[in-house]
Amino acid sequence: MTELAHFDFKGLVIILMSAVFVNNYVLSKFLGICPFLGVSKKLDQATGMSIAVIVVMLFATAVTWPIQYYLLNPNGMGYMQTIVFILVIAALVQLVEIALKKYVPSLHATLGVYLPLITTNCAVLGVTILNIDEQYDFVASMVNSLGSGLGFMLAMVLFAGVRSRIENCEAPEAFKGLPITLVAASIVSVSFFGFAGVIENLFS
Amino acid sequence: MNEIYYAIIAVSVIGVICAVLLAVASKVMAVKEDERFPAIRACLPGANCGACGYAGCDGYAKALVEDENVKTNLCIPGADAVSRQLSELLGVGFEDVVEQVAVIKCKGDCTVTSEKMDYYGMKSCAAARLLYGGMGKCTYGCIGLGDCAKVCPNNAICLENGIAHVDTRRCSGCGMCTKTCPNHLISLMSDVEKMLVTCSNTEKGASVRGKCSHGCIGCKKCARECPVGAITVENNLASIDYDKCTDCGHCAEICVTGCIMHEDFSGIHRVKAAE
Repeated sequence: MTELAHFDFKGLVIILMSAVFVNNYVLSKFLGICPFLGVSKKLDQATGMSIAVIVVMLFATAVTWPIQYYLLNPNGMGYMQTIVFILVIAALVQLVEIALKKYVPSLHATLGVYLPLITTNCAVLGVTILNIDEQYDFVASMVNSLGSGLGFMLAMVLFAGVRSRIENCEAPEAFKGLPITLVAASIVSVSFFGFAGVIENLFS
Repeated sequence: MNEIYYAIIAVSVIGVICAVLLAVASKVMAVKEDERFPAIRACLPGANCGACGYAGCDGYAKALVEDENVKTNLCIPGADAVSRQLSELLGVGFEDVVEQVAVIKCKGDCTVTSEKMDYYGMKSCAAARLLYGGMGKCTYGCIGLGDCAKVCPNNAICLENGIAHVDTRRCSGCGMCTKTCPNHLISLMSDVEKMLVTCSNTEKGASVRGKCSHGCIGCKKCARECPVGAITVENNLASIDYDKCTDCGHCAEICVTGCIMHEDFSGIHRVKAAE
């Protein structure tokens, strides 16, 4: 078994903060761009989608981390990670949706439409795989997943605001629609590079 | 070679476990849905306009399935055709839908009133209204930037001479524009009516006169001369009681500013039925 990195409370806070700001999944790692561009038109939809992503990321990590360390690694099948993770996450999201529909219909009404959308979303898969790559222990993995989800939410909410401003501007004909949105996304992304190094130095 | 077999078997087993779990979960945690729901939902137009008083078409379909007392004639855009289908599905008596159309209670276009400022802001009535009540002299009237036209699903609203007009022959009466207009100028009215007061200004006559030559000055001439007494003037504004009105058109002829219209407001359903 590979040596796991353990973290004290300060370390966990650093992981959380850097997942939100520095290693933001959408704006720095460019994962989960599809929902980022697709569902960021309205603020309420963007929040709904983000909450669904946070929930799924946490569930997915809670399930895939033990699978990696107690099932795949001991049997020398670490290379099957991607396939097994996709399979398990897809089944898990379906399970969560069924359970929500039965027990928490109100939550299902708000998150229901977004859950199937993120069944095999690359941001969710990315979080689970990167948790393994970074050799985080279970607690650190969960904290990193929470941070990544919050980072996704931050990016979505920020960009929903940017987009509502863009809608009211007269962009040149050639830039209307998706092009200007992509340009805006890249500028928001560049602005997030300003956070690089801030978090580590803040706590050092 | 064995390693490959192990991997294949392991993934297959995980897959089967997931499948069994999902199958069991979907049986155990199944939510009973009334089998009539999809059929009823399919009948409804799907505009989610809310004219029925429920939260979208899903909400209305759910209410119909769950409560027998909910009427089948509430979908105004769907009109008689939808009401008939719903009645058949639910096995209740068919009830006629009162077809409605949206009408704008302002005729203050650029020929009768003028602007008090040049406006270069956002092309939205809601935004323009925040700045001294819009660029028109009359703060009660149509701002003319077409918020209503943007939400109309049937393209029934056009902008002409600086104000919005409803082409009632295209209007399905969904009422989405009535909720959008920041001055609340648009209202739904039964499409069999022929008379309409096209002003919403409640200021005194002299003040209205100074702003718009088409506005209602509250002179009460129509109220005095109406043969059936259907018109009352309140807050310096004439209003027609459609229960009494006989569509004689006398008020439109004698109105000193010409703000009462006598027109055919037939909606899209009546026009289609006539064809």
